[in-house]
Order: sequence, then structure tokens, then C-alpha cells
Amino acid sequence: MKKTDRLIEAALAGDKLSIARMISLVERGDDQAGRILEKIYPQSGGAYYIGITGPPGAGKSTIVDRLIHLFCVNGYSVGVIAIDPSSPFTGGSLLGDRIRINRDAFKEDVFFRSMSAGRVMGGLSRTAKDASRILDACGKEIVIMETVGVGQSELDIAQATDTIMVVVVPESGDNIQTLKAGLMEIGDIFAVNKSDRAGAEDMASSIKAMLDLAPLKMDWHPSVFLTAATLNQGVDELYEGLWNHYRHLRKEDRLKLRRKNQLRSELVRKVDEIVFESLRDRMNRDENLDLLLEDIWSKKTDIYTAARNIADQWKAGASGKHGHTDEMS
Amino acid sequence: MERRIRVVMAKLGLDIHWRGVLLVSQFLKDAGMEVIYIGNKFPEQIVEAAIEEDADVVGVSTLSGNHLTLGPKVVELLKAQGMETVKVFMGGVIPPNHIPILKGKGIHEVFGPDTPMQTIIDGIKTAILGTDPPTG
Repeated sequence: MKKTDRLIEAALAGDKLSIARMISLVERGDDQAGRILEKIYPQSGGAYYIGITGPPGAGKSTIVDRLIHLFCVNGYSVGVIAIDPSSPFTGGSLLGDRIRINRDAFKEDVFFRSMSAGRVMGGLSRTAKDASRILDACGKEIVIMETVGVGQSELDIAQATDTIMVVVVPESGDNIQTLKAGLMEIGDIFAVNKSDRAGAEDMASSIKAMLDLAPLKMDWHPSVFLTAATLNQGVDELYEGLWNHYRHLRKEDRLKLRRKNQLRSELVRKVDEIVFESLRDRMNRDENLDLLLEDIWSKKTDIYTAARNIADQWKAGASGKHGHTDEMS
Repeated sequence: MERRIRVVMAKLGLDIHWRGVLLVSQFLKDAGMEVIYIGNKFPEQIVEAAIEEDADVVGVSTLSGNHLTLGPKVVELLKAQGMETVKVFMGGVIPPNHIPILKGKGIHEVFGPDTPMQTIIDGIKTAILGTDPPTG
């Protein structure tokens, strides 16, 4: 424990290596993770959390690079968690967001970490949230989470940030695409990037038309920007757009409300995780499982009844020994 | 949970020959590693990345003749930052008589252009996990 506490102390004082190690331990689900997160939590909450998502190749990393620069020029320290997919077959990953980042001038103020989506225990949202909380507690004033929006991962990020920026390109599709569920529903700010290409204005109009009909979240009319990040066009406006949303959230306790709602889902998910792990451990140790499988296979019983029985047995066992989840905290 | 090896891969300095390093990166990914490809970077930036990414391995690729100057500098800077456990591997076109010099300066292994991919994978696994690769 002494060793863990020293690590936490050094990280909170801003030591990059210690911050990096802590993120690894938490990501890996190490035994020290619980203690680290307990110690970190009270120190967190001061940062502005920004999520950036969108289809592959839209220019998210390049936009992040430009935003890092603008935040630093304006005197803010920045932490970034960049999430790329991992192979469902080998578990391996090639994390390439860092290649876009050029930031020698401000390197002390920036901490950039690549993360593989499949690595995480208990879902992307947990690890990304825990890692960004570490960056927050260790003094980063702005925490950016970047993820490819192709499945549900962008929804996880929506549960962990104050502002969601959705980055699309002119070729991202016609007005039907903008009406589809998921990605387009979660944006507080939209960037139509690569706007030097044909069709950018049309894309922006489609998004605006869709937004006009969408229900408002927290009285906010999402803003749409045209950017060409590699040419450094429209990025200043995008940067101001982020702060506009943040200022909007700071009014009338909206930020507090948004974060409390997220905290509620996070708490429920954490309990889910603990229960799930405990149940899975028990099932893996259950010698009768093979016999039960035989019964299901030969149709002596069915999988629905069997599953319910196992869950009922577990519930009866769990209620008999309160407090056994303490070891997880 | 299973230990995943984290590898920071870089082109050393100014060197446009990126095909090899991307090919190796891809194979390491397929071998189940987490590969962080950072493109063309100088030793200071490579070490900065290794710190923030908590890398187990740094792989540098060079075909431009800067291996004797910039290569050992990566090792020195890692040591200076308290990252001496990070293993540095080098790949590219390296004259054979330079390999002992590089190893003497702390480069863990040097792989030439004709190295079989499995040798690179096994070399990294053995160095980090401390076990011999399974045979067959």
C-alpha cells in the first residue's frame, strides 16, 4: 500500500511517469486500482470534460491537435485520452492518434494517452472515465476524450463528458444520414471538417435542419461549424463554440445536473460490474455447470429456466453475506 | 487480466522510409500487442511518448544512417527519465559492424531487413514477459 500511496502522491504533484503508471494500473484492473481511484476521486471535478467523436478519418485527431494548441496558448493545461479500436480476434491494436499531435512548445502542459477500446474491463466508459478523472485530479484543466463514433462507444463518451463535439466531413452522407439515431443525437457542437471540399455547406445545412426539429437538451441549440483543421480554418470559432457551451452549462446549475445524472448511471454500472464479476466467478467455479449444460442440451430443462435458477441461487447466497462486496471498492 | 505489451513505434528523426515500420507495427498488432505509432519523431519526442503511454517497448526504425547518433540517445534519455526498464529495439538498414556498438550502448536488439517477423515478435515477448516463446 505504501508503494501505491507514493505513486498517487507523485502523480497528484504532476509527475508524468506516475500519472502514466496509474492509468495503466487502472486500465489493467490491477489490485491497486481501487485504492488509486478512491484517493483520486476527491481531487477530481475541476476540469472541463470534452468528448470528440465522429467517423474514422473525419479529422478528429487533427482537430484535437489544433484545440490543444489553442487551450495552451490561452494558459490551460490539457489531458487527452485517445481511444482507438482493438481487434476482436487477437486483442491487439494499432493506436495512431498520436501521430497528428505536434506540441513541442507546450509539452509540460499536455498529457496525451492512447487507449485501446477492447482492453478495458467493464466497458470503455469506465476506463475512459477513470483515466480522465486521473488527469483531472493531477491538474489538467481541460480533459479531452477522443473516440471513433462507429458503434456505441460514442454513447459511452457522452456519459463521461460535459460537451460532445461530433466531427463529420462533407461526404458523411445526405440528409437521411443526419436523421439516423446515435451519433447525430449526442452532439452539443458539430464540426463539418475538411470544409474546403465540395458539399460542406450542404452538409452543415442538413445538420442544422435536423437540429431544428430535434428536442433541446438542457435548453441548448447545438452549434454547427465549418472547419478545415489542416489549413487551420474555422478552428478559432470552434474553440469559442466549446466555451460558449461550457458557459451555458455553468448557468442555472446545468453542469451540476448533467454531471449528477452521469454519476447516477456510473454508480449503477459499477454495481452491475461488481455483481457480474462475482456471479461469473461463482459460475466458473461451479462443478455442476457441466451437468446442467447436459440437461439443457438434452432438453430436460431449458436455458431460460436454468439461467433464472442460477440467478435466484446467487441472490439467496448474496443476501446471506452482506458486505462481501467491500473487497471490490 | 492478460498482460498486453505496449509498444511505441517511431521513425527515427528525418527518414521517409515508413513502409517497413508500418508493416512491423501491423504484425505486432496481429500478435496481440498494443502498438502506438507516432510517426517521424526525434529522441526527445519518442521518450515523451514512451512516458505518457507507459510503454514496455520502444521500436525505432531507421534507414538513413542516423542510428549511431540518435539511437543511443533514445536509451540515454529513457534512463534519465527513470524509464530504464523500457527495452529499445531498432530496425532498418544497419551495417553489421555497428550492431555490437549499438548493443553496447543499450539497444536491446537490432533487426535487419531480412529478419523473419516471428523473430521480432518472439524477441519482444521474451524481453518483456521474460519467458521463452512457445514452440510450434
